[in-house]
Amino acid sequence: MAHSQSPMEKQALAIPLSPFGRLRDSDLFQSFMRSRLVVAAALVTVLMLAAALLAPLMAPQDPYDLGSLSLLDANTPPAWAQGGDRRYPLGTDDQGRDILSTILYGTRSSLLIGFSAVLLATALGVTLGLCAGYAGGRIDALIMRIADVQLTFPAILTALLIDGVMLAVFKSHRVEAGKFWVLVISIGLAYWVQYARTVRGVTLVERNKEYVEAARLIGLSPIKIMFQHILPNVMGPVLVIATINLALAIITEATLSFLGVGLPPTEPSLGTMIQIGNRYLFSGSWWMVVFPGVTLALLALAVNLLGDWLRDALNPKLR
Amino acid sequence: MPEPVLSVRHLKVGFPTRRGTLTAVDGVSFDIAAGEVLGVVGESGAGKSLTGAAIIGLIEPPGRILGGEIYLGGQRIDTLTAEAMRKVRGRRIGTVFQDPLTSLNPLYPIGDQIVETIRTHTPLSRAAARKRAVALLRETGVQGAEERLDGYPHEFSGGMRQRVVLALALCAEPELLIADEPTTALDVSIQAQIIALLKRLAKERGTAVLIITHDMGVIAEMADRVSVMYSGRIVEIGPVREVVLSPRHPYTRGLMGSIPPLAARVPRLTQIPGAMPRLDAIPAGCAFHPRCPQAFDRCRVERPERLAVAPSCEAACWLYAVPRVAPAEVGA
Amino acid sequence: MLAFAIRRLIEALLVMLAVALLAFVLFRYVGDPVSQMAGQDTSLEDRIRLRQELGLDDPVFVQFARFIANAVRLDFGISYQMKQPVLALLAERFPATIELALAAALLAVALGIPMGVYTGINRDSWLSKVFLTLSLIGVSLPTFLIGIILIYVFSVWLHLLPSFGRGEVVSVGAWHTGLLTASGLKALILPAITLGLFQMTLVTRLVRAEMLEVLRTDYIKFARARGLSNRAVHFGHALKNTLVPVITVIGLQLGAIIAFAIITETVFQWPGMGLMFIQAVQFADIPVMSAYLLLVAFLFVAINLIVDLVYVRIDPRIRILGRGQ
Repeated sequence: MAHSQSPMEKQALAIPLSPFGRLRDSDLFQSFMRSRLVVAAALVTVLMLAAALLAPLMAPQDPYDLGSLSLLDANTPPAWAQGGDRRYPLGTDDQGRDILSTILYGTRSSLLIGFSAVLLATALGVTLGLCAGYAGGRIDALIMRIADVQLTFPAILTALLIDGVMLAVFKSHRVEAGKFWVLVISIGLAYWVQYARTVRGVTLVERNKEYVEAARLIGLSPIKIMFQHILPNVMGPVLVIATINLALAIITEATLSFLGVGLPPTEPSLGTMIQIGNRYLFSGSWWMVVFPGVTLALLALAVNLLGDWLRDALNPKLR
Repeated sequence: MPEPVLSVRHLKVGFPTRRGTLTAVDGVSFDIAAGEVLGVVGESGAGKSLTGAAIIGLIEPPGRILGGEIYLGGQRIDTLTAEAMRKVRGRRIGTVFQDPLTSLNPLYPIGDQIVETIRTHTPLSRAAARKRAVALLRETGVQGAEERLDGYPHEFSGGMRQRVVLALALCAEPELLIADEPTTALDVSIQAQIIALLKRLAKERGTAVLIITHDMGVIAEMADRVSVMYSGRIVEIGPVREVVLSPRHPYTRGLMGSIPPLAARVPRLTQIPGAMPRLDAIPAGCAFHPRCPQAFDRCRVERPERLAVAPSCEAACWLYAVPRVAPAEVGA
Repeated sequence: MLAFAIRRLIEALLVMLAVALLAFVLFRYVGDPVSQMAGQDTSLEDRIRLRQELGLDDPVFVQFARFIANAVRLDFGISYQMKQPVLALLAERFPATIELALAAALLAVALGIPMGVYTGINRDSWLSKVFLTLSLIGVSLPTFLIGIILIYVFSVWLHLLPSFGRGEVVSVGAWHTGLLTASGLKALILPAITLGLFQMTLVTRLVRAEMLEVLRTDYIKFARARGLSNRAVHFGHALKNTLVPVITVIGLQLGAIIAFAIITETVFQWPGMGLMFIQAVQFADIPVMSAYLLLVAFLFVAINLIVDLVYVRIDPRIRILGRGQ
């Protein structure tokens, strides 16, 4: 139903609102508050972000400082269980590391790698998508064919391959030190395709609109047109993809670490912790798996819920 | 006077939203007799299609009927259970939608779709239903009906598809046929054929027809009576000749002014200024008053009733409230 | 139809060629084959002779052509780590992965489609909400964590099912199957659930989304207006139209399952190709990696091709139009 506004209606709609009032009146905010689950997810995400940022201040122990560890304290169960130690509220791992501290630091690594990888994927995907859509022709065909081929492979496999190649190309001790970047690059490169496809689609539409034509006529450079004029149009979908992507990146990092090609046991992420704990599952040391596992699952679930909600809220067709 | 096939009384349809209920159809009443064709005309968003959807009980949620009554052959149908209403659809009310391209399931041969419908509503065997399907297709003018029964929808042209849709709508001999913009999606040359076909089939069977369109040409060609809708309300209803030749309501008059007459030479077509209000901003009083050249104080506060303005002709306009203005003076 | 099949075939070949190029670059330039094959004490002359024997001094395209010719004959070279032909290693592990993947796919489809249909039709029922919440948890839980949880509950705690390996295996010709022994079947349960759960949630969500989309179409509206029963509308008309895109994705997912098997096989020490691949990545065993890459790509492409042809059978429009995206 397409109607232009009648004078009458303009009057009715012109109720002055403060910025906060406008936010409270917006559909996005309303749908946010309507779902208690989404509010809870946002709360969990913010809490985890805070915990990760403040890990050095909050953690009782520095798990990266091997000097402070005592093998005598290894495999201590949580404080409330039999044989527990009050210094280690969630118990210790096989190196005598405090699980709570390691989880705080591990969440920090997981989130840092996740955000960096998403940033890389977004930058790469958006740029390639803009170029493909704006330039068209052969550049478009080339980029989209690469995207098609990569799309046939699950991202985890791509990340594994890149990881493996980097391992082979660089000497292994250098990889160990730069493992953070290896992970960011493997995961980032594995997830750019969806951004590129979405951005390309929008760019194709926007390219032919008058304002782009006008910008071209007054002699703006293509780069300026792409990033200043077309880019704002794709921010909504890109935000949705990035949110869901963050959950995927965190899971992918954990998976790679679990498979033994991620962060080393000396600087454990949540995935590495689960891998270590998995070895002790049969000896009854459940706390080594359960606490990092629950943390990882909660984090991924919360971010996923936010992404899901954002997608539904920005795409009213599916509501 | 015989009982009408369809009788709609004070029908009200709306959508509940966060900011209150939006009323899209507001107090609509009309009758259709057997063999009669009633046209409903209006801009998109006037509530025409929603009226049709309400009659067949298929308003898309969250929309729903808020009030009023609908009678089919004297039986109230708006209160029927979903299952009972399902048996009314297709059996007693046939429906044709706007777009024949999308009305048919692309994955099944058209014959299967017709046979399926016949067998849902009659005890016929598969073979008998198939025979009936061929007869129906012939009747609706599909060439080589027998061979084309196994064709898929995409193998038919737009006009042919609408004939198939018509066959589907008529396959259980319904008392009422609702045609929602049946020709809008078709080529102009095909439109006339479909209109003629629809008219002939309805007359032959004595089917009551409710035809929903925004095209006055279709109404003039096909309908016996016409009801003009604006902003969810019927503003004028009467015999087509009467309404087309001497429209009473200022909106109808504007509508007629925007159609190029074929016979007379008119210097220029008139146009109604402004646009129909959105559902969340329907003005008080007469919904048309902000755009009406003849609006006066009463129109802004009080909603007009439907008033008899000529034999079997009614308009919802305060200009015709008895003491104020005689109809003859209006619009000179 | 024939033209369509041929066009698809050419596209598939092009994808394979691109992947082969990637695998070749891996094989040839990442890590030095000579230093991997030669021992510490191999003389410089021997190394040079080995280079010539391996054809490493030939022009690149000749080497690429030879690489492809070898790959077509299933000759993928010798594993750096195991010192055995890669083909023999793969052949030994292929059945384990395929059996696991098929069991998981069966689970995902058999449960995912009904759940998707249900949640699509009964959008607001409480059971739908339960299904959707479960599916979101399924998407959020990393596969390896699901595996660990299952092992903890069913092996460590309840002692019901084995936590690793394939159980007893019998040979049917060249194929070693675990499907014919009780211990083999028992060993398959946990890994298949682990691998299938994520795919099941994907299928559920996809079928639901498609179902919602289809239920809004005009022909469904018209089918209702014709007075067809809900059953006929939902299962006769909506479901079939839903399946058209779903089949494509399920086909793609079958490929993904084979790749995701890497994780499940690691958790359960399942002796399949994925476990071998992970070990290859850790040891930078390039011939195994590139062979695995080629094989997985081939499976993906083959499955896609089959899916496209099935697609044609379901959707009559494509018989003429070709598949438009």
